[in-house]
Amino acid sequence: MPRFASFSLTNNMSAFFAPFISKPDTVSAIMLRVLLALLPGIALYVWHFGPAILVSIALASLTALGTEALMLKLRDRPVRHFLSDNSALLTGWLLALSIPPLAPWWLVVVGTAFAIAIAKHLYGGLGNNPFNPAMVGYAVLIVSFPAQMTHWIAPHGLGLAELDFLGQLEYIFLGALPPNVTLDAVTMATPLDTLKTRLHLDEPVNQILQMPIYGRLGGQGSEMVSLGFLLGGLYLLAARIVTWHIPVAYLGTLFAAAGIFHLADPAHYAAPLFHWFSGAAMLGAFFILTDPITSPTTPKGKLIFAAGAGLLTYLIRAFGSFPDGVAFATLLMNICVPLITLYTQPPVFGKKGPASGKEKGRP
Amino acid sequence: MRTLFKFNGGIHPPGNKERSTQRGIARAPLPAKLVIPFRQHAGEAARPVVRVGDHVLKGQLIGMPDGYFSSAVHASTSGTIAAIAAQPIAHPSGLPDLCATLIPDGREEWIPHAAVDYRNSDPAELRQHLRMCGVVGLGGAVFPSDLKLRPLRGHPNKDIGTLILNGAECEPYITCDDMLMRERAAEIVQGAEMLRFMLEAGEVLIGIEDNKPQAVAAMRQAVADSGLPFEVVVVPTIYPGGSAKQLIRVLTGLEVPSGKLPTEIGVQCFNVATACSVYRALAHGEPLLSRIVTITGNVRRAQNYEVLLGTPVQELVALGEALPDTDRYIMGGPMMGLPLSSTAIPLVKASNCIIAASDKLFPPAPPALPCIRCSRCAQVCPADLQPMDLFWFSQSREFDKAQQFSLFDCIECGACSYVCPSHIPLVQYFQFAKSEIRAREQDQRAADHARERHEFREYRIEREKQEKAERLAAREQAAKQAQPPAASATPADDAQQKIQAAIARAREQAAASRPKNTDNLTAQQQAEIAEIEARRAKAHERAEPAGEVADNHSEGRSQ
Ligand code: SF4
Ligand code: SF4
Repeated sequence: MPRFASFSLTNNMSAFFAPFISKPDTVSAIMLRVLLALLPGIALYVWHFGPAILVSIALASLTALGTEALMLKLRDRPVRHFLSDNSALLTGWLLALSIPPLAPWWLVVVGTAFAIAIAKHLYGGLGNNPFNPAMVGYAVLIVSFPAQMTHWIAPHGLGLAELDFLGQLEYIFLGALPPNVTLDAVTMATPLDTLKTRLHLDEPVNQILQMPIYGRLGGQGSEMVSLGFLLGGLYLLAARIVTWHIPVAYLGTLFAAAGIFHLADPAHYAAPLFHWFSGAAMLGAFFILTDPITSPTTPKGKLIFAAGAGLLTYLIRAFGSFPDGVAFATLLMNICVPLITLYTQPPVFGKKGPASGKEKGRP
Repeated sequence: MRTLFKFNGGIHPPGNKERSTQRGIARAPLPAKLVIPFRQHAGEAARPVVRVGDHVLKGQLIGMPDGYFSSAVHASTSGTIAAIAAQPIAHPSGLPDLCATLIPDGREEWIPHAAVDYRNSDPAELRQHLRMCGVVGLGGAVFPSDLKLRPLRGHPNKDIGTLILNGAECEPYITCDDMLMRERAAEIVQGAEMLRFMLEAGEVLIGIEDNKPQAVAAMRQAVADSGLPFEVVVVPTIYPGGSAKQLIRVLTGLEVPSGKLPTEIGVQCFNVATACSVYRALAHGEPLLSRIVTITGNVRRAQNYEVLLGTPVQELVALGEALPDTDRYIMGGPMMGLPLSSTAIPLVKASNCIIAASDKLFPPAPPALPCIRCSRCAQVCPADLQPMDLFWFSQSREFDKAQQFSLFDCIECGACSYVCPSHIPLVQYFQFAKSEIRAREQDQRAADHARERHEFREYRIEREKQEKAERLAAREQAAKQAQPPAASATPADDAQQKIQAAIARAREQAAASRPKNTDNLTAQQQAEIAEIEARRAKAHERAEPAGEVADNHSEGRSQ
C-alpha cells in the first residue's frame, strides 16, 4: 500500500485516515437491539405457554457462545472481540424461538451448535455465511428429529394436563413426566399443522377454525406471540435497524397469495390474516429474513427476495408437507441472494436517466 | 421559493462549527519564514523564475505556469528567497515537493498592480490574467479557475445557463467560507458577477446550507445592495451537500453525467472564496497571496485567520493555542482531511482548516469487524454506489470488478466509513484500489513506451544495416561505373518516412492495447492521476510528459 507508506500503520486506522469521526453504531449494539426487540414476543410466549421457552433460550445462548468461542479459537480469531458482537446470541435465540420449547435439552443444543459451527463458521464466520444459520439449524433438526419437533406445548387451559415450571424442567433435562401424564396430554400439534391434517380429512376451513386451539387471528396464544414479534419488528423499523422493504414485501406477498386462494376457495384455504399470525411469519418477516448477511443489499433486491420468500412460505404451507414454510422459504431464497443482488444494482449517480448522457446502466 | 432537489444518501455528522465563528477573521502575523510550494494547484507545478538570494516583492511572480494545466505562484510578502528545494508538504503520498523558502523583510512592499477593466477586456485576456494571478478553486480541488472559464469544445460559454456559487461548506468544523461570506459578501458578489460575465452565464445561484443563517443574511444583503439579479438559495444541511455535483443536483435537479463536466449540462460551479479571489485579481490586480484558514478542534481559541500562503502550520497552531493533549493535526475537515506528518508543513491554497486532534476529540474507532452486509454504507452513499461490494473487490484485489462497479465514481466523501457499524475503513480501501489501478495503468503505459522504443531501435539497426548495404552497393556501383550516385538522397528520405510510419504504428498499437480504464474518469480524477503520475515520475527520476489530461477541466469538489 504505497499511499500508507509515510504513516505507521497501527491497529486502528481511524486515528490516521479520514474520516476521523464515526457514528457510534456498532455491530454489537445493533444485534443487542434486535435481541431487545424479541423481548415482547418472548414475554407473551411465557405468558401463554409457560417458562419452558426461557430454558430453551438459555440453553441456546450458552451453546451459541460456547460454540462461537470454540470455533473462533480453532480459526485463530480474537475470541473476545468477536464474541462481543452478539451475533451468535441472536442466532441462538432465533433457533430457540423456532423449535418446540418442551423438547429434550439436547435438541436445541445440537441445533444451535450446528448452526454456529457449520452454517456460520465453516462458511467463513460473521459476514460470510450464505445461509441463515438459525434456519439451517432448524432444517437440520426437522429433518433429523421430526418426532421431537412436533411436540409443541399447548397454551394455558387447552392441554389435557399442564406442567408447572419444575415439571417442564424435569421433562427437558430428564425426559421424565409426572405419573399419569402423557406427552400428548401436555402438547399438541401447531395450529398450522392441525389445519393441514384436518383439511386432508376434508373438513372446511371455517369449521376447523372453530376448534378451541384457534384464536381470533391464528392459534390461541401463538397469535399473541406473533403480535409480540410484530411489535418488536415495528421497533426495529422505527430504530432504522431494518428497512421496510423486507417486512413489507414478505407480509404483502404472503397476504396476497393467501388472499387469492382464499377468495377462490374459502373452504380449503385459510384467510390471509391467519397466515400472518400463525407459525413463524412475523418472526420471519422482521427477524429472520432481515438478517443482513443472508439477504440482498439493494433495496430492489430486498423486495424481490422477500416477495419470493413470502410466496414460497405460502406454497409450502398450503401444498407442502412441512408444517411451516418460513425456514425453507428463507433457505431457498438465501441461495438466490448473490444473483438477486447482482441484477438489482441501482444506477450510479450520473449514470441514470436520459439527462445524464449515453452511459446508461452498469457495465 | 425555488424547488430544491435531493440526492440520495448523505449523513448528518455533528457540525462543530460554532466555536470557530465566535470571533471574526483575524490577520495572522507575518511569520519569520514562508515555505511556498510551486505546486499549490491541480496540474503541473509552476516553474521557478527566481533564484536563491533574489529579493522579491509582495505579489511578485516566483513560479511561472508550466504548460496548459498549471497555475502561477507568487511571493506572499516581500523578502529574500533563501532556498529553492524539495520540502515536506501536505499530500497523501507523503513525498516532498519543490518549494521556495522566503524570509520576509517585514516591509510588505507590493509589486505594482492595477485593476483590470474586465468589461472591456477580451475573455481570453482575462483568463490569462487570472492564470498569472494564480487564481485556483479554493474549495479544496484547487483547479485552475481560468481553465474552468474556458469554453469547452462544442459547448460555448453562452450555453451556460446557471453559474453556481458554492457556499455550502458541508464538512464539519470548517468555517472559513462561512466567515468569508459574513465579512466579505460584497466582494464575493462582485467576483460572482465577474465570473458570470466571463462565462456569459444566465442565472447565478448562491447555495448556502441552512446552518449558516448569518452568512445567508450577509449575502442576501450584498446581493440586494449590488442590484444584481442573483439568488441566494438556502439548501438543507447534509454532508456531502457541498460537493460540486451534489450541490448542482440540489439546486438544478440535474445530474452531471459520470465522467463529464458540469459545463456539458450548462452549469458551472465556483467556491465563494474563489469568487472573492477573482474579485481581488480583477478589481485590484492582486494575485492570490493569502486565504482564510480555520484553526479549531482541540484548541483554546478556535478562530479563522487570513493567512499568507506558505505560512507553516505551527504558526496557526500557536495562534489557536492547542491544548496539551493534542497529539496530531489534520488539514481539512474530519471527513476528508489529511493527517499532517509535521506542523512545519506550509499552508497552501488548498488548506481550508487545521484541526488539532486528540483521542478525546476523535476517539479511535474500535477494531474493524467483518462486513455484515447491512448496507448502511449504500444507504448514505451520495454517488449511489454499493460500498460493501467495492470493499469486497478492493480487499480481494479484484480491481477490474471494482472498476466495473464504478469505483471511479466514488468521491471519497467518507460517508460510508462514517456509518459502518463494523468500522471498516472503507475509503482507505477505495483509495488504495484507485491508486493500484492507476499504478497498473501507469506501468502499462511505461511498457507500451518501452516497446515503442524497442521497436524503433530495432528498426534503426535494421535501417543502418540497410543504409550501409546501400552505401556499399552505391560505392561499388560508382567504382564500377564511375558515375555520381544521384540516388543517395532518396533512400535517406525514404528511411525517414519509414521511421515516421513505424512510430505512428507503434503509437496506434499502444493506444489500442491500453486498457480503456481512464476513459470514463472525470477531469478531477484525471487531474489526480496526472498529479500522481507526475509524482511517480519524479520519484523514479523519470521525466514523462503528462499532457493528455489537459483538455478536460472541472473542480471536482468544493466543500
Ligand atoms: S456499512 Fe459496513 S458492515 Fe454495513 S454493509 Fe457497509 S461495509 Fe458492510
Ligand atoms: S466514499 Fe465513495 S463509496 Fe463511500 S459514500 Fe462516499 S462516494 Fe460512496
